[in-house]
Amino acid sequence: MTTQTGTHEAEGLAPARTLVEGLRDLRENCPESVSDRVLAATGVVDSYAEMAGPIWPLIVAWGRAGVSAIERADDPGAFEDEYQARTGRPVRRVDAVPARLARAVLRRIGGERVRDLAVDLSGLPEFQRRVLAKTMEIPFGEVRPYAWVAEQIGHPRAQRAVGTALALNPIPFVIPCHRVVRSDGRIGQYGAGGPSAKRAVLASEGLDPDELERLASRGVRFVGSDTTRIFCFPSCHDARRIRPEHRTSFRSWQSATEDGYRPCRACRPSVGETVAA
Amino acid sequence: MCIECPAALASDLVSGFPTLVAHQRDLVYGVARRWSRGVEDAEDLTQEAFLRAYKALLGYSPGRISELHLRGWLARITLNLARNRARAVERRPATGDLAEMPEPVDDRALAPDQVAERRESREMWRRLLATLPPDQRAAVELRHVEGLSYPELAEALARPLGTVKSDVHRGLERLRRAYEGIQADAAGSPGPAPDPAHIRRSSRAARRREQSGSFRIEREVMAR
Repeated sequence: MTTQTGTHEAEGLAPARTLVEGLRDLRENCPESVSDRVLAATGVVDSYAEMAGPIWPLIVAWGRAGVSAIERADDPGAFEDEYQARTGRPVRRVDAVPARLARAVLRRIGGERVRDLAVDLSGLPEFQRRVLAKTMEIPFGEVRPYAWVAEQIGHPRAQRAVGTALALNPIPFVIPCHRVVRSDGRIGQYGAGGPSAKRAVLASEGLDPDELERLASRGVRFVGSDTTRIFCFPSCHDARRIRPEHRTSFRSWQSATEDGYRPCRACRPSVGETVAA
Repeated sequence: MCIECPAALASDLVSGFPTLVAHQRDLVYGVARRWSRGVEDAEDLTQEAFLRAYKALLGYSPGRISELHLRGWLARITLNLARNRARAVERRPATGDLAEMPEPVDDRALAPDQVAERRESREMWRRLLATLPPDQRAAVELRHVEGLSYPELAEALARPLGTVKSDVHRGLERLRRAYEGIQADAAGSPGPAPDPAHIRRSSRAARRREQSGSFRIEREVMAR
């Protein structure tokens, strides 16, 4: 019995082992790049890469829903950890921002209307999403006060909360938080590198930050035209075309309306905007 | 094999899925590689299979996910996709294009003659596998190349446990005979070890068989 089994094994085992080993050797190793592609395609992992920006090199992150984060590449920090904490999704560095996306980002930063650039604000509180969405309406080369954003989203007294929401803007430059300034004329804080960076970005859009501050410090909140009898924010595209001889200035919404001026429909001057007594 | 995956997936799909991909990508890629034509096809297939799996998991309850035989289930998705694709190009799934098979990654540590030897051996086993009827080939591959358990195999091939067991055994027996045939040929002839013409003949015969009859595995798996 024992001998028989032994003989049987001796006959059968050698080829069987060869067989099993030969087959096991057919295993494949999946390339790393394939699993990266898999994870990006399912949307459970987002991607980021560096690209050149108009002023600074940028880190741009994106997922299936659109651009999800932008940061200055020269800004040291735990980008991946912060990203995951906010979105709940891991993010992986890849070689390059896809050309189409990179082009769209640069065009948007440069003030062009770009339709196919979606921003992904998932993971942010509702209030912050509304602040950022409103901020995206501010045209290139113009600024609005924090109070304006607060008023427009229906929380006129939440100026500070607006400031915080903008300071935590995950997609600066594309969502132009730099176009929101203090009512008293100071340029204010900036999440992507402080006030001097903010001035640089505004200057790159053709605005003169010093001039904006001078105007505000003289008490000018709005400017109007005595021919159209419409008043605007000073940086409003329409306001900047008013000839000097027709130009009037106002310290508040009230004083403008009392003089018979109506608010501009493009820049929508804020009601609460006034110079502190 | 991957005990923690079902639980991780069931509790949080988004954070559990990367773990699933990390643990099972060699299985999915291996099946894709052997049932598609080239490296690029296999990569696309791998991506598509995981995407399918992800979408399916999104709709599954945590209870259902934790009961899945994940490896068998993933193998089934991959095999189905491979067959759909092969059908789309009106071509039966054949063994991968051998000329295109890349060197396995761990070959880099081997000496050149060992690399050649291993490559030859892999090629021989691939050719031998290609002579099996598809049912048996799939069963043998999943059991002995990928190391799936019999319950996982039953899930992968959508067939009863007893059937997949007998397919594995019959497939192995055929392989063993084919292998012994090669050894005998090598011993009997003065030429180089495996006679390629012999393999090609049996491979062609197998393909003829595939084309003439439709196999249960295909009908059943495709119907899902």
